[in-house]
Amino acid sequence: MAGSIAIVDYGMGNLRSVAKAIEHVAPLGTQVLITDNPAEILNADRVVFPGQGAAGDCMTALSARELLAPLAEAAQTRPFLGICMGMQVMLDHSEENGGVHLLGWFKGAVRRFPAGRDAQGLALKIPQMGWNQIKQIRPHPLWRGVADLSRFYFVHSYYCAPEDESLPVGTTDYGIGYASALAQGSVFAIQSHPEKSAEDGLQVLKNFTRWDGRPD
Amino acid sequence: MSLAKRIIPCLDVADGRVVKGVQFESLRDAGDPVEAARRYNDEGADELTFLDISASHEGRETLLHMVEQVAEQVFIPLTVGGGIRAISDVRRLLNAGADKVSINTAAVHEPDLIKEIADSVGAQCVVVAIDARRVSALGEPLRWEIFTHGGRKPTGLDAVEWAQRMACYGAGELLVTSMDRDGTKLGFDLDLTRAIADSVPVPVIASGGVGSLDDLTAGIVQGHADAVLAASIFHFGTHRISEAKANMAAAGIEVRA
Repeated sequence: MAGSIAIVDYGMGNLRSVAKAIEHVAPLGTQVLITDNPAEILNADRVVFPGQGAAGDCMTALSARELLAPLAEAAQTRPFLGICMGMQVMLDHSEENGGVHLLGWFKGAVRRFPAGRDAQGLALKIPQMGWNQIKQIRPHPLWRGVADLSRFYFVHSYYCAPEDESLPVGTTDYGIGYASALAQGSVFAIQSHPEKSAEDGLQVLKNFTRWDGRPD
Repeated sequence: MSLAKRIIPCLDVADGRVVKGVQFESLRDAGDPVEAARRYNDEGADELTFLDISASHEGRETLLHMVEQVAEQVFIPLTVGGGIRAISDVRRLLNAGADKVSINTAAVHEPDLIKEIADSVGAQCVVVAIDARRVSALGEPLRWEIFTHGGRKPTGLDAVEWAQRMACYGAGELLVTSMDRDGTKLGFDLDLTRAIADSVPVPVIASGGVGSLDDLTAGIVQGHADAVLAASIFHFGTHRISEAKANMAAAGIEVRA
């Protein structure tokens, strides 16, 4: 009874890495499929919602493939993992591309990193690219076996600013402190790329492949 | 708590095999890119770069297979460079499992290609490799020019202006190599690294000339680089990545343990 995991394909970014990492850690016999078919997504026991690129393009692609309603249903009914842009689009709107309406599952905005300085006093580079720490500000089943302040691989120029203070389960500093992981019900979302974050990233994915969707 | 500076070992590959010998005692097959990648991952490499030096079309096909194999077993970011001419090359590499592609000569010949690639696959996938040589005479203000063909052919392009233009066109990152220092073990051209790092908004990877652990640290502290790339110092077992990180940490640089 290893179950099935659907990885949502909407043409935004390379899903092969996500699929390979999940296959690497999932229980033996788990069926991992990359799909843009709403029926297949809703048939899966777990759903992974990755994403790369611009917010506007992502929303256009999701609409064009008629995935908005199926994704909302999947997120409410089974373990659901958003990665990178797959996290950002869960909020109301983004500053990217001159302003984009997002899925609106969670109240809040996606904002561009403000100009800042690093420890040397040099201007912070945008995108943030590389390994930064996630402070686990709330316990969650997906943090099991992952030490607090572990480093994950990030690539992004915009960050999530959810209004509901109970949503963030992880925060990261890049000039400002921001929510780098969110959780509510059966949804867990992470800004970094666990599929590219070595052992700690694999542990988060492994936890997801075994998670029952309860927040504790 | 902040972003760590990165150490990136670079492996030359031809026909799907690691060349210019990786010499780890524990490797059964030094030419096996999967084994080399896994070894670097275990040592704490923050990313891996593969530079394809295959001369033939067949070699490039083999490269795709190699990238697939590495990406299935090593879960850190992979950059692949060498011989990328068109957006179709980029797509094939990303589909095989590369996270970023490094583009050099094609950017010089056709700068708009960088825009096209960044628009279609995202700036985060695009590394523009900048090969520069110092062209200012002694006593003149420092100036570097872009060279192609392994540093032999001048282009007349000012390196700092070119770097700014490439960042503007959508490069997500710049790999800056001093062709004066490449292979010398005299250390990075820190003036070049800093001149570019201070003038672009995107991350800069310093490359070319690393001979010691202190050279790597200097690339960050004095060169203002966000990441450092090296080949031989790691391949020949002279130093481990963990030693390089300890050296950086001792200088107050934040690194990933």
